[in-house]
Amino acid sequence: MSKLVSSLREAVALAGLRDGMTVSFHHHLRNGDYVLNMVMEEIARLGVKDLTVNASSLFDTHAPLADHIRNGVVTAIQTDYMAAGLGKEISRGLMAKPVQFRTHGGRPSAIADGTTPIDVAFIAAPSADPMGNCTGKFGKSACGSLGYAFPDAMYAKKVIVITDNLVPYPLQDWSIPEIYVDCVVQVEAIGDPKGIVSGTTRITRDPVGLVMASYAAKVIEHSGLLQDGFSFQTGAGGASLAAAGFLKDIMLAKNIQGSFGLGGITGYMVDMLQAGCFQSLLDVQCFDLKAVESIRTDPRHQEISALHYASPSMRSAVVDSLDVVILGATEIDTDFNVNVHTDSNGYIMGGSGGHSDTAAGAKLAMIIAPMSRARLPIVTDHVTCVSTPGKDIDVLVTQGGIAVNPKNAGLAARLKDAGLPIIGIHDLKAKAEAMTGAPKPLRKGARVVAEVVSRDGGILDQIYSVPEGQ
Amino acid sequence: MRRSMLFLPGNTPRMLINGAFLGADAIIFDLEDAVAPAEKDAARILVRNTMRYMDLGGCEVIVRINSIDTGFWKADLDQILPEKPGLILLPKTGSAADVLEAGAYITELEDKLGFDRNTVGLMPLIETALGVENAYAIASASDRVAALFLGAEDLTADLRCQRTKAGREIEYARTRLVTAARAAGVDVYDTPFTDVNDDEGIEVDAALAKALGFTGKASISPRHVEAINRVFSPTQKEIDYAYEVMEAIRVAKEQGKGAIALYGKMIDAPIVARAEQTIAAAKEMGLGREEQV
Repeated sequence: MSKLVSSLREAVALAGLRDGMTVSFHHHLRNGDYVLNMVMEEIARLGVKDLTVNASSLFDTHAPLADHIRNGVVTAIQTDYMAAGLGKEISRGLMAKPVQFRTHGGRPSAIADGTTPIDVAFIAAPSADPMGNCTGKFGKSACGSLGYAFPDAMYAKKVIVITDNLVPYPLQDWSIPEIYVDCVVQVEAIGDPKGIVSGTTRITRDPVGLVMASYAAKVIEHSGLLQDGFSFQTGAGGASLAAAGFLKDIMLAKNIQGSFGLGGITGYMVDMLQAGCFQSLLDVQCFDLKAVESIRTDPRHQEISALHYASPSMRSAVVDSLDVVILGATEIDTDFNVNVHTDSNGYIMGGSGGHSDTAAGAKLAMIIAPMSRARLPIVTDHVTCVSTPGKDIDVLVTQGGIAVNPKNAGLAARLKDAGLPIIGIHDLKAKAEAMTGAPKPLRKGARVVAEVVSRDGGILDQIYSVPEGQ
Repeated sequence: MRRSMLFLPGNTPRMLINGAFLGADAIIFDLEDAVAPAEKDAARILVRNTMRYMDLGGCEVIVRINSIDTGFWKADLDQILPEKPGLILLPKTGSAADVLEAGAYITELEDKLGFDRNTVGLMPLIETALGVENAYAIASASDRVAALFLGAEDLTADLRCQRTKAGREIEYARTRLVTAARAAGVDVYDTPFTDVNDDEGIEVDAALAKALGFTGKASISPRHVEAINRVFSPTQKEIDYAYEVMEAIRVAKEQGKGAIALYGKMIDAPIVARAEQTIAAAKEMGLGREEQV
């Protein structure tokens, strides 16, 4: 028996794809992904219409999706993140049906409980065998963890593995086992290695970023959470990485043996593992080559599924055991609600990803952001879009001071005693506005172009179209 | 208190408005080397407006104007002086005459603006062989001189030697400037350490400057500010000792004693003076103690 089929067209036909169904994709190949475009082009050629695309994230490389929307091939999108290119078109009113944004934990949860069933899942696999055992750890398109593809493999009605590195059965050290896979297609290339992972992720050298990073590390140091068994997640942004660098120095100086590092994993987290700051890394996605190398060779560096990472409907998920997470924001309001979906003009340019999940789970959820961006203050009265509710955010770190959510009076007092510049969020807003002036309020368009679904399934907020000239 | 002074290019708005957040006790808005001749006018206006409209917190603002052998320096002062900078950094100061020439124009502007004379202090930047040799004359040329400032990059070019991390080539200039400044009763600031990626090197270089008697040190990189502040701050041990000295003096006075000893060492006038300086610095850093009534 072999599940190998000769072409993508044959695989799509075998899966029984029809009008009105839902197809799913994943973002472990990030902006280097060829698979979504390749599959959608084939589907369009077959004349299938009215599809829902459920993708864990959509990057700028997926811009051709806009044409499939215009041509009626795709009529609905469910995703956790949408980059600015497609985001702008959606914000201008490209789709009749609002895009549904979920979180990295909410998406697999909705797939598992049948809220958003997947008819056919297409899994890009850097290595696979003819029966469908597959992994991201090896091959010319190696990306490391396949974390976001696991739930689709487990729950989709049909699962198609697409690989550019077919190896003899059985593949060693698989991630997703053959038991879930219906057929396997070999293609020339599933992605562009340059876009899949960056060669190296870099700590910022921007002075303002370094000030924020240094504050962030000190907040963690004095939070009361930095002790043996400490667990930590940070993003791949320059200031967040710099904060991890400072934190590593503090942990080594104080001889603190942490428990685990979580998340999208960068080489900096690998450095922390190797230096003894953590006992393990739990990896839902690799961001750079060093992380890929580490997950391939170091048994302490473990791949986890999106369900295990962040799902609110499992019996537990790793985020529930997380001590500290460092997150970003495009805006934050005086109630600490955070926007990561839209830019300050209201255009979609991101999404929650794991933002809300980790903020809800972590004992300390910290936002790092400069006081102003592009002449606009970061703190507003009301965010354009609530991506993560303020009740889950503990601290905002800017170069001009650190605002602590009033729910954490004890933390504010500890940080103040440690000599950190604590400032009320209203004062911080005033301070930023003294630099930038108060911006004019945004005009909202007439149509809802996207809904933000909270991790527990309710509607957290709606994103409106952007009127002409804004 | 000026432990650290951070240079920021005068034509970079983002750096100017964030200057107060970078941890330095003083920021030096640079109109000279960081700014191309064609952009001098724009930088002048940017710096002036930053000083006029931005809240720079407790950060002292110093402005490096262009040197008096250029056609720019008077226009620089015309724009900057109304904003009352903490100090004017005067590059390529070679003699007392340079100080007097710049000082005379500043006085003229102060009179025009209705400021008290000597409202704005001068900090001559010593970065030529001539300047080093004239250091005492420069430091004592005018009451307006608040401090000397060593600039090693231009100086080593003038000396025709290589600038090195170890800094053997500027040993003489460093000690000469410290001696001249102290003789004239003014402060003295050390040249920046220019390898922005060498975190250990800055500690060593700042510690050397402190050991030689410098009041503080300049930096071209925000990354160096924290190390400079640390090196030039009194340690808790030094602060505690300073308070012990003052307490011993108080007790001795009460008991009518003349000579006092602490830990077997005579406390004389220089030790008391140093203790007072340490306590003053500690208070500025928020590490001082409540006054005992």
